[in-house]
Amino acid sequence: MTLLNRKVCDLETAVAAIPEGATIMVGGFGSPGTPFALLDALLESGQGGLTLIKNDANEPGIGIGRLIEAGRVRRLITSHLGLNRTAIEAMNAGSLEVSFHPQGLLAEKIRCAGAGHGGFLTDIGQGTEIAEGRREIEIDGRPWGIEPALHADVALIHAERADRYGNLIYRATASNFNPLMAMAADQVIAQAYRLDAPGELPIDSVHTPCAFVSRVVRVDRATSEQGVRPHGL
Amino acid sequence: MASDTQRILARAAREVIPGQIVNLGIGLPTRLFHYLPEEMEVLVHSENGVLGCRPRREGEAPDHDMIDSGGAYIATRPGASVFDSATSFAMIRRSRVDVTFMGAFEVDAAGNLANWKIPGKFSPGIGGAMELAQKVKRLVILCSHNDKHGNPKILARCRLPLTAAACVSRIITDKAVMDVSPAGLEAVEIAEGLSVAELRDATGARLAIDESRLGRF
Repeated sequence: MTLLNRKVCDLETAVAAIPEGATIMVGGFGSPGTPFALLDALLESGQGGLTLIKNDANEPGIGIGRLIEAGRVRRLITSHLGLNRTAIEAMNAGSLEVSFHPQGLLAEKIRCAGAGHGGFLTDIGQGTEIAEGRREIEIDGRPWGIEPALHADVALIHAERADRYGNLIYRATASNFNPLMAMAADQVIAQAYRLDAPGELPIDSVHTPCAFVSRVVRVDRATSEQGVRPHGL
Repeated sequence: MASDTQRILARAAREVIPGQIVNLGIGLPTRLFHYLPEEMEVLVHSENGVLGCRPRREGEAPDHDMIDSGGAYIATRPGASVFDSATSFAMIRRSRVDVTFMGAFEVDAAGNLANWKIPGKFSPGIGGAMELAQKVKRLVILCSHNDKHGNPKILARCRLPLTAAACVSRIITDKAVMDVSPAGLEAVEIAEGLSVAELRDATGARLAIDESRLGRF
C-alpha cells in the first residue's frame, strides 16, 4: 500500500501502473459514481485484454462503453447491459465475454472480498438457472448456495471529496458500488472532485477510510462528453 | 377514455398503502411514480441506493448524482436516505421493502415469474429483479394481458427461464386483476366492458372466477 503522504498523483500516473490483462473493478451505477476521468485516462494509456467488473456497461460512447468499443475489454462481469446496445452487440458477436450476476449478489461478492472473506451463503436464485452448478451446503436442514467472493487487481473509484491521505466521501446515488469496490482490490485508485488537506473532512462523514485507498487524483466535474446525459421521465 | 396502460397504473396505485416502502421496477412500473400523491407518506426504494425518491417537479433542475435504477434523474422527499448497493440489497433480502411492482414476459398459475431473458433474443442481464422478486413480501405484476401478437402472457406454466419461483402475489393487466392462490389464479376484478368468456379466452391458465364477487375496474 502506498504511504499516506505519497498518494496524490495525476491521471496519467494513476493508470500507468495498471498491467495489460488486469482485472479492474469500476464503480458506478449508470453514470453516477462512474470514474469517467480515470476510464478516459486508461483508454489513452492503451492497456488491453482487460476484465472489467461493473454493475452495467454505461452507455454507448461513454465510460467503460468506450473501452469496450475500442476492443480493450476481453470479459465483463456485470448485472445488466440494458442501456448499452453496443455492449450487447459485442456480446452477441462473441467479441466480449459477459458473465451476469444478480445485482445484489454481485454487490455482496465484492463486499465479501473487501471484508477479507472467501465467500458467503445465499438462497437467492434457487430454482432458477442462476443457481445451476452452484455448490450447496446444508445448515440446520436448509440448503444454501455457496457464492465465492469477487476480488480484483485494481479498483477505479469516484468520490465527491477526498483528502490527500485517501479518505473518501461519496455523494447521493453516486455511492452505489464505490465503497464496496474500494475495499476489494489490491490497488485502489480514487478520483475526486475536491481534494482537501487531512483534517478538513468531517471525520464522522468519511465513507471509505484512507487505509483502503492507494492513489488519489483530483479531477474536474464530469462533462456531458463524459457521461452527464439527459434522461427521460 | 383511459388507455390500457393508464388503466393498469391507476388500478396499481390503489395497491399502495400509506406508510409503506415501495419499489418500482423498470418500465411500466416506474410510471406508477406519477400516480402516488406527493403528500402520501410512502417511501419509494430504488435499488441503486435511495429510499424516499420522487419524480422531479416541472422545471426542477436535475441533480446528476441522483438517479433511479432506470437511469432517470429523480429527487428525494423528506425522510429519504442514500446508501451503497450492498445495503440496498440487504434491505431487499431482509424483506424490508413492503411491495414491489414489476413487468413480466410470462406469469403462471403457480405465481412463477419470467421477466429477464428470452433465450437467443433478449438477454441484457438480470439486474436486481431476481432478489426483488424472491424477497419482497408482496410482488404485484403490471403487464399487458397479451403480447403484441395476441398470445397470452398469463400461462399455466412459464416456458421462459424463471426470475423467481412462486413469488407473485397479484397480477394487474389491462383485462383483469388476478390473485395467486394455492389453488391457482383467481380473477378478482375484470376490466369494464369485457365479458368473463372473453377474459378466459385471452388467458393461458385456468382462472377461478366467482361472478357474484367479481369487481370492475
